[in-house]
Amino acid sequence: MELLEALSAKFNYWIYVIIMMIGLYAMISKNNLVKKLIGMSIFQTAIILFYVSIGVKEGDTIPILYHDQVHPSHGDSHHGADTGHGEDHHPSHEEIVANLHIEPDDFANPLPHVLMLTAIVVGVATLGVGLALTQKIYRDFGSIEENEILESIKSAK
Amino acid sequence: MKSFALIAVIVTGWLLLSAVSDFPDWGDTESPANDYRLSQHYITETFPETSVPNMVTAVLADYRGYDTMFETVVIFVAGIAIMSILRRKPLDHLKDKGKETRTYKKDPDLIIDTTCRLMIPIIQLFALYVVAHGHHSPGGGFQGGVIFGASFILLALSRDLQAAQRWVPEKRVLNLAGVGILIYSGFGFACMLLGSNFLDYEILHKIMPATPIEARSHSMLGVEIGVAFTCTAIMFSIYSNLASNGDMKETL
Repeated sequence: MELLEALSAKFNYWIYVIIMMIGLYAMISKNNLVKKLIGMSIFQTAIILFYVSIGVKEGDTIPILYHDQVHPSHGDSHHGADTGHGEDHHPSHEEIVANLHIEPDDFANPLPHVLMLTAIVVGVATLGVGLALTQKIYRDFGSIEENEILESIKSAK
Repeated sequence: MKSFALIAVIVTGWLLLSAVSDFPDWGDTESPANDYRLSQHYITETFPETSVPNMVTAVLADYRGYDTMFETVVIFVAGIAIMSILRRKPLDHLKDKGKETRTYKKDPDLIIDTTCRLMIPIIQLFALYVVAHGHHSPGGGFQGGVIFGASFILLALSRDLQAAQRWVPEKRVLNLAGVGILIYSGFGFACMLLGSNFLDYEILHKIMPATPIEARSHSMLGVEIGVAFTCTAIMFSIYSNLASNGDMKETL
């Protein structure tokens, strides 16, 4: 029972290690270059899961302020001060900020999300370049199996 | 080789798993990453400092502006690299005449054609919304750019590559990708010209009808548009090069 609790408290790390092992194994042991690239993508997914799960807080939401927090025009105190403009009156930025109260634990940590947005972009770029190189290798050697490519290099010498 | 790989992977996994007990629990608000004052600052001070409710976009485009600018350059370089690896002259392809005479004009399928004709404008409209509303709701330049690029890829899949090439020929792809980076770095240099630091948007209120804090928000939208330009162009370029094996003639 204790083991189960220890597992469930940190299951995100267990899953990230397992996904990462799958990706690493595919990258090392597979002969097919496209399968190696698939392994690289799985590896990247594991890292993304790791970072995003670090930023989670119990009972939080996405790191975007609520609409009511930044547009408090439906609030009670502002309507009395209007000078005939009615609903057109928007409180200025300073007024909103003065009434703004943000509890940091209500929102997920935004920094891992930003870093992983960057990592996804780099992942797309590396995957694209990798696939292009694979296609070029297939054009030149007629195969994307690693051992066949090595043999044809050797026989060319 | 396979058993060696298995041993290496299992040893790595065992080492990582043995460290798991030192990590903070799932959803722990007191963990070092969540309790550190930098992330607290991003959550509580982003709106007062930039008037942008979406913290992720604000951190991406303002606080970490350098990072995102060179991120855009990474995409650009990846697109150029793929083009220079795969692209070949049409002359090179004329050697195998048998393949060349097989002009690949797909019969237009009524259902696919009609569906895509309805879908593509909606996808593009949604992409523009994701870019333009990216600092108030989930979204931003990268996401919107990828969606916009996907609409061209759908066009190329449903008709053929030539139909999509009419809208985004290769020359325009390169122009768009370059313009995106120029827009981004242009905002940075505009800040410098007005006497502030590179990508310190607050000074731009002098040339914008906005307060200094609102200028940050508007400049973020500007640089996101630049990112979206590059992303759209390079996504379509990657697809068209990979799918046509570099000769830009026929797709899958």
